[in-house]
Amino acid sequence: MSTAAIKDASMEQQKALMAGYFDALATAPERGQKCVYTFVPGNLTELIRSFDLLPVLPEINALQSGMRGKSADYIGLAERGGHSEDVCTYVKCDIGMLKSGNIGPTGKPLPKPDLLLLSYTGCFTFLKWFELLREEYDCPIMMLHIPYQGDGEITPEMRDYVVRQIKDELIPQLERISGVKYDEDRLRQALALSSKAEDDLVWTLESAKHVPSPIDAYFGGVYYIGPIFTAFRGTQDAVDYYRLLRSEVQGRIDQKLGPVTPDGVLEKERYRLVVEGPPNWTSFREFWKMFSCEGAVVVASTYTKVGGLYDRGFRHDPDHPLESLADYCMGCYTNLNFPRRIELLESYINEYQADGFLINSVKSCNSFSAGQLMILRELERRTGRAGGFIESDLVDPRYFSAANIKNRLESYFQMIEAKRLGV
Amino acid sequence: MECFIGIDLGSTTTKAIVVDEDGRILGRGITNSRSNYDVAAKVAREEAYTNVRFSALSQRLRENNALGDQLEAFEIDLGRSFALEGYLGQLARLEECCQRDVFRHAAKGGDTAAISEAITDIIASMRKHAVNMFMGEEEARSDFFRDIAGSDYTEYAAAIARSGGPAFDRLLGVYDRNIIPVENEIDPRSFSQRMTAAFKRIAPLYRGEHDRLAQRIQEVIDEPIDDIRTVGTGYGRARLPFPKEQIRSEILCHGLGAHLMFPATRTVLDIGGQDTKAIQIDEQGVVTSFQMNDRCAAGCGRYLGYIADEMNIGLHELAPLAMKSTCRVKINSTCTVFAGAEFRDRLAAGQHREDILAGLHRAIILRAISLLARSGGIRNEFTFTGGVAKNQAAVSALKEVANENYGELTTNIAPDSIYTGALGAAEFARRGGHGPLAAASPGIGAQGSAATPPKNEHQAVKA
Repeated sequence: MSTAAIKDASMEQQKALMAGYFDALATAPERGQKCVYTFVPGNLTELIRSFDLLPVLPEINALQSGMRGKSADYIGLAERGGHSEDVCTYVKCDIGMLKSGNIGPTGKPLPKPDLLLLSYTGCFTFLKWFELLREEYDCPIMMLHIPYQGDGEITPEMRDYVVRQIKDELIPQLERISGVKYDEDRLRQALALSSKAEDDLVWTLESAKHVPSPIDAYFGGVYYIGPIFTAFRGTQDAVDYYRLLRSEVQGRIDQKLGPVTPDGVLEKERYRLVVEGPPNWTSFREFWKMFSCEGAVVVASTYTKVGGLYDRGFRHDPDHPLESLADYCMGCYTNLNFPRRIELLESYINEYQADGFLINSVKSCNSFSAGQLMILRELERRTGRAGGFIESDLVDPRYFSAANIKNRLESYFQMIEAKRLGV
Repeated sequence: MECFIGIDLGSTTTKAIVVDEDGRILGRGITNSRSNYDVAAKVAREEAYTNVRFSALSQRLRENNALGDQLEAFEIDLGRSFALEGYLGQLARLEECCQRDVFRHAAKGGDTAAISEAITDIIASMRKHAVNMFMGEEEARSDFFRDIAGSDYTEYAAAIARSGGPAFDRLLGVYDRNIIPVENEIDPRSFSQRMTAAFKRIAPLYRGEHDRLAQRIQEVIDEPIDDIRTVGTGYGRARLPFPKEQIRSEILCHGLGAHLMFPATRTVLDIGGQDTKAIQIDEQGVVTSFQMNDRCAAGCGRYLGYIADEMNIGLHELAPLAMKSTCRVKINSTCTVFAGAEFRDRLAAGQHREDILAGLHRAIILRAISLLARSGGIRNEFTFTGGVAKNQAAVSALKEVANENYGELTTNIAPDSIYTGALGAAEFARRGGHGPLAAASPGIGAQGSAATPPKNEHQAVKA
């Protein structure tokens, strides 16, 4: 995630990390390094890396293509190939990129998968996505079954069920593909590093409880979650990045500075918001500016929890490696049932002293959008705070209607103002 | 006279409301939005000021017991004469622009003299017809110059072409090239000049009271209107010709406007030209939630406009036709672009126009009901606003569908509901954008307690 006006040292470090990662992917075939395609929610990065395999994350490639203005062509190509207009635009963007030569977001080729690994089944589209990729690449595929938190919790039986799949099926498969023997000590070391980085990520996200908030936990937040949600969890690089990020945010708190936005440091925080749903990537900066120019700061978001609810206590645990990986697979935000999602949002609204909550609904993303209006109504009822609802898309620029979204956002901000003043 | 102004720039029409410091409505103005918000805002404001002065004149004449039984007739005559004055002014500019255009394009076609002569004849006929239309019994088909002039010009140009004059297309081309600049030009004459001319035209009818009337008119002309503050609202606020701090969201303005018109309102539905808004408000008129059509404008006012175009009838003729339906056709699509195809397809299937129209009206209402459901449903009382609220067939479909879904409701539709957003904006202007909520009186806006805004923002308008 490298395109933003933010020029902090942590940002530069993240850019370098991502560039190095895509370089490594580009040279993987010639170096003989094998790759595992997997998704952000419930990803098993530490385990994959412990076999000297490199993870490749198709959603990240798709959102990067969206930010770099390439997704429209890719989607068009996928649609010409027969993929419907209603399909998740991440999928079409990825398929279009593949059909265009599989050149990654930095302009370098992406390696073919040696394994397609699905370790989160809460999104049905993921299954179909990998089925499509299997047809294209004719490679092995492994789909773990990850139970949904239907009753709002992870039971010991659920955990055992996932651990058994990892132990009995996934690890042998990874050994076969990599030729490397499973080394639990190596995995434990990685998980210890994960845990350290996760502590600093949580500290950073929770810094938004300060008034004014030193960060934007949605637009800025997507950068902050970048390394930990993708290929770097369990590495010293991630630990270093989050340590640096934390020190920068501490500096902003000390100086009582607001978040860095596309227009520089936000001078005056006028609205504190909790946002539900993924952002739009094709007009990311324009979308962000619609908030920042009105003095709106997102103090908490659910999108930054799709790779795990660290702020609710989860940590990768070196003492219980496979169990904590199983919990991680089941613990991402979209695997929560509605009561838990509502509780989480309600607690964010209260803990972060939010003026309101806003839903950016993406119709083609059912993991997020199903039930969002009910969530909105229930939160309005419970908190009395102003709820707002807008619609856009992930990476299809045709579904980002800037004038309409701006219009609704301005109305929403004024509604918050009117509620405050009672006029 | 101190006043506050609210201007609502819609995609189709621009509305202005002038209120006094107690929130009483002093005047209203409406114009088509053209594609020039700046001009539209100025024209609507000017229309509202005119309305204010006419109201003031009416009040003075009543206080003076002027004219006795003839008073009402005089007011109507003066109003019509004033409107005619404005129309003739624009017509003169249209003629000037068209003639200039003919000579600018002289090389093309080679029949410059004939076209010039035809235009002179067309405008002369339009002028003659205008007098009958404004001063006679004939009903004007629209309030807007573009609509009236367009209809007349087309008719007279066609007649000239039929009788061997220049081709209709060439004549219409001249009009098409010039109507927008004419429409975007504000009448350079002051209210005083137009009013004097308007009075002069009808003065012989009221010879006995001439001096007294002239004096009252002069008093109204001389009275300054102090515009303390203006608040603008409407679609695409970045394009509104006001400083940012004077702009309020149309959601808030419609919510507050509906509250002022009907204080027990809890749910507001506004169907405008290109958007539909479902708004929930509290007992103070503060918006608590809202939904708008998002990815497309299916089911908005323009949908009906397309249907009217397709049927080659006026927008206002749709509802009376639809109301004649005895067997409504079920229509699912509310896509504006598909509207014409949908209509033709049903006609080809042998269905009656009125039954198809009834189905089309119900279809847009079903779309609005879905938006209302998203915003939290309909709570009593329910107020319907926007241009589509003037359409009886839409109103009737709305009441029927709302009743099917939410049971018995009080549904409010004000005759001047098109001004709801402007009224809310005017009230925000009166409150200075903030301040405590004043108690509201139905129909006249809020009364009372808001602090008088600082004087230094005001701007006096001379007639």
